[in-house]
Amino acid sequence: MTALLEVEDLCKTYRAHGHEVAAASAVSFRLEEGGSLGIVGESGSGKTTTARMVVGLERPDSGRIVFRGQELSSRPRGRSERLERARAIQIVFQDPYLSLDPRVAVGAAVEQVVKLHTKLAGADRRRRVLDLLGQVGLGEREAGTLPRRLSGGQRQRVAIARALAVGPAVLVLDEAVSALDVSVQAQVLNLLTDIRELTGVGLLFISHDLAVVRYVCDEALVMRSGEVVERGSTAQLLSAPQHAYTRVLLDAIPRPA
Amino acid sequence: MTALAPTAVVGRARFAKVRAFGGDWIIWLSAGVLVLFALAAVFAPLIAPYDPEATDLRNVLAGPSGDHLLGTDQVGRDTFSRLVYGARTSLVGPLAVVAASTVLGVLVGLVAGWRGGRLDSVISRVLDIMFAFPALLLAILAVTLFGKGLVAPIVAMSIAYTPFIARQVRGLVIASRSRPYVAAYTVQGFSPTDVAVRRVLPNISPLILAQATVMFGYALLDLAAMSFLGLGVQPPTSDWGSMINDSRGAVLLGEPLTAVVPSVAVIVTVIAFNVLGEELGDRIARRDA
Ligand SMILES: Nc1ncnc2c1ncn2[C@@H]1O[C@H](COP(=O)(O)OP(=O)(O)OP(=O)(O)O)[C@@H](O)[C@H]1O
Ligand SMILES: [Mg+2]
Repeated sequence: MTALLEVEDLCKTYRAHGHEVAAASAVSFRLEEGGSLGIVGESGSGKTTTARMVVGLERPDSGRIVFRGQELSSRPRGRSERLERARAIQIVFQDPYLSLDPRVAVGAAVEQVVKLHTKLAGADRRRRVLDLLGQVGLGEREAGTLPRRLSGGQRQRVAIARALAVGPAVLVLDEAVSALDVSVQAQVLNLLTDIRELTGVGLLFISHDLAVVRYVCDEALVMRSGEVVERGSTAQLLSAPQHAYTRVLLDAIPRPA
Repeated sequence: MTALAPTAVVGRARFAKVRAFGGDWIIWLSAGVLVLFALAAVFAPLIAPYDPEATDLRNVLAGPSGDHLLGTDQVGRDTFSRLVYGARTSLVGPLAVVAASTVLGVLVGLVAGWRGGRLDSVISRVLDIMFAFPALLLAILAVTLFGKGLVAPIVAMSIAYTPFIARQVRGLVIASRSRPYVAAYTVQGFSPTDVAVRRVLPNISPLILAQATVMFGYALLDLAAMSFLGLGVQPPTSDWGSMINDSRGAVLLGEPLTAVVPSVAVIVTVIAFNVLGEELGDRIARRDA
């Protein structure tokens, strides 16, 4: 069976100040339809680089990104190819304070995406926008608000609604809850699980925290300096980590005694 | 003009403390002065008590009085009326320069900053070369080629001022390109042109406006200089620069007032534009930081 998303041997090397950094070397993984896959790793392990290549913001040096059996080009040409790629994969960034256009009210931010991707107009479009905001627990009151008036958690909900407005098959979350308070984190994580059940969207959930990843994903990869060092079910990674590095990551998680 | 580095209105926090105490008064004062001059220019016929060209040879170089608020010049024309009418030409010229150079600069800077690569290198090199030519020099050159009057200097200065906006816009666009909200638009499927023009440009336009405000003052100064040199506006039209030129004889006769009045008008306007532009730019930069 063809996977929802198949990433094969993605490589990316950055050259900065005369030396080279292999941000991603031969990263491969499979995400099944409706599945959820976690990527964990310490800071600088190449998680963001991988995410940016997957959504087309960064051009891989080599490797392939195959969506439902079709290779995605890293430079979409023309409007229809661009929109198709957008509908394949969307992303929610780490910092909700930087990822929303400060000039655009919440409702308008979602609406312009709906406008770009559907033929809906007028009242139908408005209803769709409110539906999307409702899915992430926001209402009509927030629709008219500028991002700067919202809390971090609310902003991240907007970012999720905006990504869902495209109607993506895969949603990448790059440290999407890391900047939030623990109680808000839990709310957003629950929200993601609900959305996955409701829409069947596949999740690629990135975090430096294996405990958070377990909350959302059944399977995960462990990355270190650009390489995948271990992969398996999250339960197995937590209970019987094979790689020494995974154990180090686990030790970093505070646990009730 | 050299003081106007491309980043002049971006991050200058040196006087932040003083300003925090100073509050808004300096902005309101500058804006007030400029609004006053603009109103004078628009309603000149209602405000000026005399025909600005009417000479009165029996009453030359008179001091301030109830009849002539700011006295008269060497051919007996009312200085106050000439000042009010002169505001028209003095303000319209820079307005044309700033409008044209801002449109051109935004276009060039947006293309260079957004496209990057080879095109950006070429554009940046051309802008560097243009920076080497002072606006006034280009304006004088244009006059020698196309004749005296306001048109040639305005066209030349519009081109000479373009790099100031272009470089600023290029820098702001390059900085915006790596912002997550811009990346988000790209991932959502908006076209590059759409993202640049309809998403990025509105976000950086307050800073462009601040820069244009500062430029307005400099353009006014340069155009006044052209008129002072006798290369700008030609009689019977006059502006503040040509008024200063007209009063050279009076200054030699020991009657500086007719020169002082338009000079003060130029200086006050230039300072007001400068303060307003820099102050707005600082505030926007601080708000966005
Ligand atoms: N644009 C870039 N130019 C140069 N080096 C880069 C660039 N982006 C990332 N890197 C380097 O690539 C490596 C991987 O970075 P990446 O951001 O993918 O890590 P990460 O796992 O997302 O880390 P974090 O948890 O801090 O977000 C790091 O060493 C980083 O310094
Ligand atoms: Mg990262």
